[in-house]
Amino acid sequence: MKAIEIHNLKKTFNEKTVLKGLTLDVEPGEVFGMLGPNGAGKTTTIRTVLTLLKPTEGQVKVWGYDVQTQPREVRQVLGYVPQEKAVDRFLTGREHLTLVADLYHLNKTEARRRIREVLELVDLTQKADDLVNNYSGGMKKKLDIACGLIPAPKVLVLDEPTLGLDVESRIRIWDYIRRLRRAGLTILMTTNYLDEADQLCDRIAILDRGRLAALGTPEGLKKGLGGDRVTIQFGPQQDRLEELAGALRKDLPFVNEIKVSPENHELEIRVASNEEALAPLIQAIHQRRHPVLAIQYSRPTLEDVFITYTGHKIKEDSALS
Amino acid sequence: MKWILQETLALTMRSVRRLSRERISMVFGLIQPMLFWLILFGNLFQKTAQIPGFQAPNYITFLTAGVVIMTVLNSGLSGGVDLLFDKESGFLERLLSAPISRNSLIYSRFIFVMGITSVQILVILLVAFLVFGVYPRSGVLGMAFIMLVGLLFGLGLIAISLTLAFAIKGHGNFFALMGFLTLPLIFLSTALVPSHAMPGWMAFITQLNPMTYAIEAVRELILGGWFWADILKVLAVLLVFDAVSIGLSSRIFHRQVG
Repeated sequence: MKAIEIHNLKKTFNEKTVLKGLTLDVEPGEVFGMLGPNGAGKTTTIRTVLTLLKPTEGQVKVWGYDVQTQPREVRQVLGYVPQEKAVDRFLTGREHLTLVADLYHLNKTEARRRIREVLELVDLTQKADDLVNNYSGGMKKKLDIACGLIPAPKVLVLDEPTLGLDVESRIRIWDYIRRLRRAGLTILMTTNYLDEADQLCDRIAILDRGRLAALGTPEGLKKGLGGDRVTIQFGPQQDRLEELAGALRKDLPFVNEIKVSPENHELEIRVASNEEALAPLIQAIHQRRHPVLAIQYSRPTLEDVFITYTGHKIKEDSALS
Repeated sequence: MKWILQETLALTMRSVRRLSRERISMVFGLIQPMLFWLILFGNLFQKTAQIPGFQAPNYITFLTAGVVIMTVLNSGLSGGVDLLFDKESGFLERLLSAPISRNSLIYSRFIFVMGITSVQILVILLVAFLVFGVYPRSGVLGMAFIMLVGLLFGLGLIAISLTLAFAIKGHGNFFALMGFLTLPLIFLSTALVPSHAMPGWMAFITQLNPMTYAIEAVRELILGGWFWADILKVLAVLLVFDAVSIGLSSRIFHRQVG
């Protein structure tokens, strides 16, 4: 059984189509990230999974339960950490957790035990009886996560878990997510941050304008771009670049692709892996007596993956909307 | 059923805790009707008692019923405010993503607001007695009926307020609409002036305002003449008002949250 199954999900708001047939599965025990600019359909997908929105078309199942016909069962297996710090500033941390425990129908003993556990996990035990009004932004987020964990969910849904947090809090939240993953929890999260997705997620879905643009492990997606990139710049008198490119393609098995740009006197070479590639590559060029001016070596980042599959950068888009 | 109780109790307790920490708003919520209506209006419009055919011994005695029901109006119509803020802060999302009955959200609001309203009514009656010597001539049973009338009127108002909180975008619009509704409802009722002292068209409209019925019943219970027939008629009118507003509200509510 899959933790979450989304099949051909479509959602239309007032004739505006936000999701145009999304299909993906989340495996039990994995951290699954949805990456995309604002307006890509991440939040709509999450809200549908949470039974807060009804699909216009298609099917969504959580832990085998259908969101349309078994919303209660779906809610019972999910824990949710909303994007906004959804806390009531006139309650204490403990009162929040007690409220959530009651809403998930825990009995008194269970509730007390769970509250103690989650408070410890997010290091809020000391501050549990302070009013949330006196919490810092990072502490509010921790409480938010604690609330999501109270029901001991099968799947934890995190909507932009570190949006607007300072660096220290971000790193701490990442640490919790890693710990929860080790404990076997399935996590579905959205994020705007490429480094966050890269660091935390077992698999990533890139969403763009309501469609699935790419799906895979961070490594797989990066490798899928054709390997690492070596850019070699030659002196201006150099005019035999095409010939050189042809020879390198023929002689070196690890070269995937070579782009020649004569106006910059450059070769852009995609290679399978750097450890073995760089030395023979330079040697081969040297043997053919081509004077090298500069070499730049880079590994594809998720940013490259994102641009390749969507045709635009993630940040520019989020600034626009 | 056991679950609905647990959910409703937990949600109600949340409101109670909030209130206990917003002392200023609690104090002003209690003082406002006394200060504003009883003392200021009561003195400003003293001469209303000289209108021919005025039944009460003085204006304060007349006004007390109006103040009771105006307070019910205010509390009832603001019954959806907390929900509105929960909607805007994202807290409502958290509540709705829990496996709770949607009705628990509504029940807890009804219980809390009606509890507050009951306390307010008792305090108004107490102050009216201690400061102005006004007391319900109909006795303890009369007091119970004043309560019943107030709460029945409040019930429908809370339903309307909750619906508007769900249906309206943004608390600015909500408060604008409330401000727009409240004063005409008050002036087009017999809260401040008896209907026979009004221009004909206004007197006519007061008869269409459910608030008038609640006020007239409370006034009768305070002034002492109390007739079962009148009270029963008022209770019937208020029950119809409740049925209509709850019926409409629950349709809109369930369309919004499923």
